[in-house]
Amino acid sequence: MRRAFHAGLWACAALAVAFLLLPVLAIFLRVTPTTLVGELNDRVVLDALVVTAKTNAIAIVLLLVVGTPAAYLLASTRFRGRALVLTLIELPLVLPPAVAGIGLLAAFGRAGLLGSSLDVLGVALPFSQAAVVLAVLFVASPFYLRTAVAAFESVDRDLIDAARTLRAGPARTFALVALPVASAGLGAGAALAFARGIGEFGATIMFAGSVRGATQTLPLAIYAQFDQNFDVALAIGALLVVVSAVLLLLLKLPLPWARSASISPFGAVRSTSR
Amino acid sequence: MGPLRLDLTVRRRSFDVALALALERETVALVGPSGAGKSTVLRAVAGLVQARGRVSAAGETWLDSEHGVDLAPERRSVGMVFQEYALFPHLSVRRNVEFGRKGQAGLLERLGLAALADAKPRELSGGERQRVALARALAPDPAVLLLDEPLAALDAHTRAEIRGELQLLLRNAERPTLVVSHDFEDAATLATRVGVLVEGRLRQLGSPAELVASPADPFVASLTGANVLRGRARATITGLTELELPTGELIRSTDRAEGDAVAIVYPWEVTLSRTEPDDSAQNHIGGIVASLVPVGNRVRARVGPLTAEITADSSERLGLRVGGPAVASFKATATRLLSQSGDDYPPKPPSL
Repeated sequence: MRRAFHAGLWACAALAVAFLLLPVLAIFLRVTPTTLVGELNDRVVLDALVVTAKTNAIAIVLLLVVGTPAAYLLASTRFRGRALVLTLIELPLVLPPAVAGIGLLAAFGRAGLLGSSLDVLGVALPFSQAAVVLAVLFVASPFYLRTAVAAFESVDRDLIDAARTLRAGPARTFALVALPVASAGLGAGAALAFARGIGEFGATIMFAGSVRGATQTLPLAIYAQFDQNFDVALAIGALLVVVSAVLLLLLKLPLPWARSASISPFGAVRSTSR
Repeated sequence: MGPLRLDLTVRRRSFDVALALALERETVALVGPSGAGKSTVLRAVAGLVQARGRVSAAGETWLDSEHGVDLAPERRSVGMVFQEYALFPHLSVRRNVEFGRKGQAGLLERLGLAALADAKPRELSGGERQRVALARALAPDPAVLLLDEPLAALDAHTRAEIRGELQLLLRNAERPTLVVSHDFEDAATLATRVGVLVEGRLRQLGSPAELVASPADPFVASLTGANVLRGRARATITGLTELELPTGELIRSTDRAEGDAVAIVYPWEVTLSRTEPDDSAQNHIGGIVASLVPVGNRVRARVGPLTAEITADSSERLGLRVGGPAVASFKATATRLLSQSGDDYPPKPPSL
């Protein structure tokens, strides 16, 4: 009975792992590696790669510049409605991508909420590269924000207080203590957001379209190519698998000082006598 | 540097911490059970928690609620050593120490940290971390030094050594220093005056010797390490007072008391023997040896309701063993009596 139970557990685990790995392996096994690398030279792939790299780089910079201070505020300040705000910023995580796309159109589209104001300024967002950046930002931000809030929350309050007693004002304390101590967590959040961003498909195709060389990112190129040149689609797929795997590895290798979260002689044991 | 004067109130969930103190160039320790508000006082002086009242140091007003003065922590000239040191984990020892003010090679040298200057905090021992924390706090030459349980994070072995180092350093500290500790012995070693803080209020303030010689209440007595025995007191015809313990035993004292009272006897006033001795001591309590704990060259023995501190030599000579019989003796003249006014006795003194 016990043996049968354990055999059952192993069988389920093996099935789950096999199911998750098979599609990934299939990408690499269907054609030879030389074909995969060769297909990456296709103009379509290179155009999509440039669009993806550019839009995601802009998105991640915007995310770090605005998201990091926002996360610090959410982590270090208690205010009414804080829990609600923390829940709301996670909404895009559970939102269907198609809803994100239609929402972005409704907000920033020609006929959208801000569309006419943007029109006056001579800005037309939909189906532009800026639209790709917005779509990526919208779906990827929650990954960074929630991780960054958690990273700042886990910074020992005494470190912040110590910096203050050492003549550092709030801004210096943020830059010299909170930011570097939370950097491992912030990096993890940025990697997660980047991974989500380069894979973004649904919101982008609705809000930005799939124009080669302008808004066609790698995932959109896979979709555009799979009934024209399946090998090209496979090659892009292989490239994205490699990038994702590298990001995953980076997440598993934390920065040196992040290994021991607390530097008290008792490790993680902390008194709460305050 | 000028004196530190504080008269402040901090609101806490269960009780308010209210304290008035004036410190010259001296070290004052605040002792008391955990949760008594000791750390809160330090944080209020540093400006890290909201407080009302007045705080001034070196002729500068840091807090004056009536006149709307409340300086931010970075504008108060304090050096603070946190309970678990709060060293910046991403910075080397040198950069930790120089966080508040650059150019501290001399200080690093003086505290024996020069060789460790490039190490990260996680590579240091507990004692080294403590020294780095102290150096970091002293580097900007603060008007006031605050130490929150500076010895609590150390193991027993390092603790005695670091306590000695700290004692020397504080003696030379040329500024008012406020130390928080839950341990009376630590406080007595480091400070010239000790304040006993219970539930946010100062019970007694005096030199360690004063607190031992005339504790204001049973709690202060037990904190200083005394045996505290409760009972009912009545005068006897011999002029002594007899305290009847709940177990029926009688304790005689030269002090006077009537009704509910406590007897206070220091462990070093209690002698032990195997059989009841024929001596001048008025008090003999027989019992089983419940524990024998060596403390350096001494042994703390628990016999019945009493803790006795005797030399390791005597313990060996008497052949004391846990579970064996012993008689504890102490003189009526070494037995202090305090009438117990009930409400001012805290529910549970800390374990000794």
